[in-house]
Amino acid sequence: MALPMEYNSIQRISGPLLFVEGISNVGFNELVEIRSEGGIMRRGRVLEITKDIAAVEIFEGTTGLSTTQTSVRFLGRPLTIPLSMEMLGRVFNGLGEPMDGGPPPFTEDYRDVNGLPMNPFSRDYPTQFIQTGVSAIDGMDTLVRGQKLPIFSGSGLPHNLLATQVARQATIPGEESSFAVVFAAMGIKHDEAAFFKRSFEESGALKSSAIFLNLADDPPVERLVTPRSALTFAEYLAFERDMHVLVIITDMTNYAEALREISAAREEVPSRKGYPGYMYSDFASIYERAGRIKGKKGSITQMPVLTMPNDDITHPIPDLTGYITEGQIVLDRDLHRRGIYPPINILPSLSRLMKDGIGKGKTREDHGAVASQLYSAYARSQDLRSLSAIIGEEGLTEKDRAYLKFGDAFEQRFLSQRFDENRDLEATMRLAWKMLSILPEAELTRIADHFVKQYYSRE
Amino acid sequence: MGVMAIQGKISKISGPVVQADGVAGLEMHELTMVGEAELIGEVVRVEGETATIQVYEDTVGLKPGERVTGSGLPLAVELGPGLLMGIYDGIQRPLEVIQKMTGDFIKRGVKSPALSREAKWHFVPVAKKGSKVQGGAVLGTVQETPLFLHKIMVPPRLSGTVKSIAKEGDYLIEDTVAEIETSSGIEELKLYQRWPVREPRPYQERLEPSDPLITGQRIIDTFFPVAKGGAVAIPGGFGTGKTITSHQLAAWSDAEIIVYIGCGERGNEMTEVLLTFPEWKDPKSGRPLMERTVLIANTSNMPVSAREASIYTGVTIAEYFRDMGYNVAIMADSTSRWAEALREISGRLEEMPAEEGFPSYLSSRLGEFYERAGRVRTLNGEYGSVTLIGAVSPPGGDFSEPVTVHTKRFVRAFWALDSSLASQRHYPAINWLTSYSEYVDYVEHWWAPLTGGQWRQKTLRAMEILKREDELKEVIRLVGSEALPEPEKLVMETARLLREGFLQQNAYDPIDTYSSPEKQYKLLTSILAFHESANRAIAAGVPASKISSLPALAELAKLRMSVPSEKISIIDDFMSKLLKEIDALTEEKS
Repeated sequence: MALPMEYNSIQRISGPLLFVEGISNVGFNELVEIRSEGGIMRRGRVLEITKDIAAVEIFEGTTGLSTTQTSVRFLGRPLTIPLSMEMLGRVFNGLGEPMDGGPPPFTEDYRDVNGLPMNPFSRDYPTQFIQTGVSAIDGMDTLVRGQKLPIFSGSGLPHNLLATQVARQATIPGEESSFAVVFAAMGIKHDEAAFFKRSFEESGALKSSAIFLNLADDPPVERLVTPRSALTFAEYLAFERDMHVLVIITDMTNYAEALREISAAREEVPSRKGYPGYMYSDFASIYERAGRIKGKKGSITQMPVLTMPNDDITHPIPDLTGYITEGQIVLDRDLHRRGIYPPINILPSLSRLMKDGIGKGKTREDHGAVASQLYSAYARSQDLRSLSAIIGEEGLTEKDRAYLKFGDAFEQRFLSQRFDENRDLEATMRLAWKMLSILPEAELTRIADHFVKQYYSRE
Repeated sequence: MGVMAIQGKISKISGPVVQADGVAGLEMHELTMVGEAELIGEVVRVEGETATIQVYEDTVGLKPGERVTGSGLPLAVELGPGLLMGIYDGIQRPLEVIQKMTGDFIKRGVKSPALSREAKWHFVPVAKKGSKVQGGAVLGTVQETPLFLHKIMVPPRLSGTVKSIAKEGDYLIEDTVAEIETSSGIEELKLYQRWPVREPRPYQERLEPSDPLITGQRIIDTFFPVAKGGAVAIPGGFGTGKTITSHQLAAWSDAEIIVYIGCGERGNEMTEVLLTFPEWKDPKSGRPLMERTVLIANTSNMPVSAREASIYTGVTIAEYFRDMGYNVAIMADSTSRWAEALREISGRLEEMPAEEGFPSYLSSRLGEFYERAGRVRTLNGEYGSVTLIGAVSPPGGDFSEPVTVHTKRFVRAFWALDSSLASQRHYPAINWLTSYSEYVDYVEHWWAPLTGGQWRQKTLRAMEILKREDELKEVIRLVGSEALPEPEKLVMETARLLREGFLQQNAYDPIDTYSSPEKQYKLLTSILAFHESANRAIAAGVPASKISSLPALAELAKLRMSVPSEKISIIDDFMSKLLKEIDALTEEKS
């Protein structure tokens, strides 16, 4: 192949986009190198091409670029990242370049960050329980290997803390292999990044992790590549190195903002709230990279984090996410205000794959029934709490008061745990039965009698 | 092909949309090969020498100047033995074969015929040499699966005299099984035919719907039935159980053929279908449900234009089976993803957007699609139907958005999934107050023999109680439930029984997952009988709380799970006991 041609024919620059004229032999989505005055190098990719004009989006932003002093080279391949086992324990930027002062990984293996869609016929159904050590998740919204289960949060809620706790504690009981964690951070603040790095280092988890960081003041275009770089590495670990990989992506809201910004710069027809019409497909191209493949040992489990703008779950970002992911864990501002950590509101939370990952031989035979009973009892306690606010607790029957007591205990003892507290499933189940034992035995209608006999105990 | 293929060059690439120059004569919706990699595309706009093509594969690396070749044919599907038990992508590429060719990830430019060229099928001739045949006539049959007899038909618009017909025996799909002498020469017919996806297959006559599609789902069959040949929408926000409802319908509907289209949905859901359907057995024959099912999977991460095509691919396959005189049901999950694909392509074509960025032709496309449902007299004079069940995923669960609103104009039944029911874990979360079905009048006659003509009356009575409950809930919110008069307290109790013992249905319970029409009616009338009898007791002065605390009531709510469809006489015994207990209370008082 001929050496890439260099072009100086910049037609115009608009937002993160640069338009080059008089080009030939340029491919769609190809990687581009841009050299500006003083030899500073940036990278970009081809968004649209006609016979002689290419629109290029620049990952590092267009500040300081001019139409006269800029030269452009088309590299003839899409954006790739290097892949190697040495990348574990390292920190990279969104494009896969080292940010920890170390050398770039030594490898010949480069892969297109966009990946390819997994053949639905090749997929294997996720059925293996992952113990996160968090009672609210393990007990009520169980995470399963190969699942994509997002955290729906709000600004100021401890989603980062929870994500880190899950990353640190996630194991598969009865198996030696623990998780490799691939962490993609988009548009997060410097101190948040420092927190993540520190807690990964302190827990010793860093050596089996790779961090892809794009900070809030990094260019938005790089934000669009960050999760793809991370997932390309995760796919390598899972399907070529037989590892179980937990991918944490935070914060999808920043990602969506970047998507909107670039869409607007391209003058595309907007859909809801100015986000582009293809946001669903775009999200899916990230989330659907979770899963298992028949005949392969490894797996990719995803836990994306997003902050709901204005705590609105019907906002396009959580809404489109919820349509693609297999459930959601919803954090609640009210619980947080009352000092409960993790402030998981179990009522709107859901794990769609839970039913296939729990029960006899996987967790415990009574798990499903107990979760269902806890859910309905907690729902009832919440109704009663609002009722008692009107008519006072004296107006309630004794049974109702037991439900109120249950609701408080459930929040204070079952939901609440310390950031460094790792509860195994047995501990979670023990605690669950302790909570249920606050209620009269006859109320446990969703649990088979022999389990009630075995586990129910009045204190 | 014989005709010189039209060839031109790519002049512009924007995502899945490509423009080609020098292609005068390329037709709308013509199938084209794009670029050196020969990606599959379809012409969506022609303008002088230029054509715009939507490409069904990822366009990464495609360059202006690469060649574009027309095929002279529209985007079409292959129809013949081998369709069943298969899983295809949106443009009918067999995913199982693709996996063997390119591994676990789908690479670009992969081509494989939809129907296996190696499989042999046992053909039994029906048509006689020398007889006159026309489009739709049955030439012979192939027992494709133990559940399904595939009829090999003369393609529509062809007629003539059978010059030769193959003897009974095993044939490949491309073997000629009959020669037809037509006015324009001899046509060799094979075991399969091709049909363009965007053109509805012809029939003799459209008929009114008459029989219900029995789904075994109580709230649907009893309250909001869909007729065979009808069209229905299931709208619901995420987490309301659209997919489970679709799976249940695919599993239990009494159609002979099911076409399940996973349009822009989760990959793991298709895997679940692939894994569970072979395990589930047809209630009538005991054979795996997979043997009557065709799956089309274009998951959300697969190319968006193929998602747009997947709906048409599915409905064309369904029409082909209908032409054999079968009843076919299609589940399309989800039509919103299809509409979004339209929007995305439209945006790339720089068309003027209408509401929320959707193209202005959204409504007419939806109309065309839902109109492909219907009960017909086929070209061969048989009766067949296509029932269309479309899931809708309104953003934020808001039913006033364009796709839901336009869909409502073209469907006659509407099963509204409700997130507040779902959050109470009331499944299926079909809201009985906002759902409707206009097919009730058509199917009433079907229920008459089973119910002594009482079906309509009973369902109306039950619905009346449920509506009353809704009004009373408002009152309770203000004054508390203790303040209700006794008869109203009973209404609340009966409504609870209807909700928990009838409307709720557990898809994962081996007994409850399917309810025969007989069992549905028996459960409904039992709860109503309880209500009438309890009403008499209350009139006699028995307090409602005394009735509510009868232990048998809890059992009444659980009959749906404890009594299998084939043993419903248990319900009679149970009811006579319960009614006696209530009568005893009444007598005590009076």
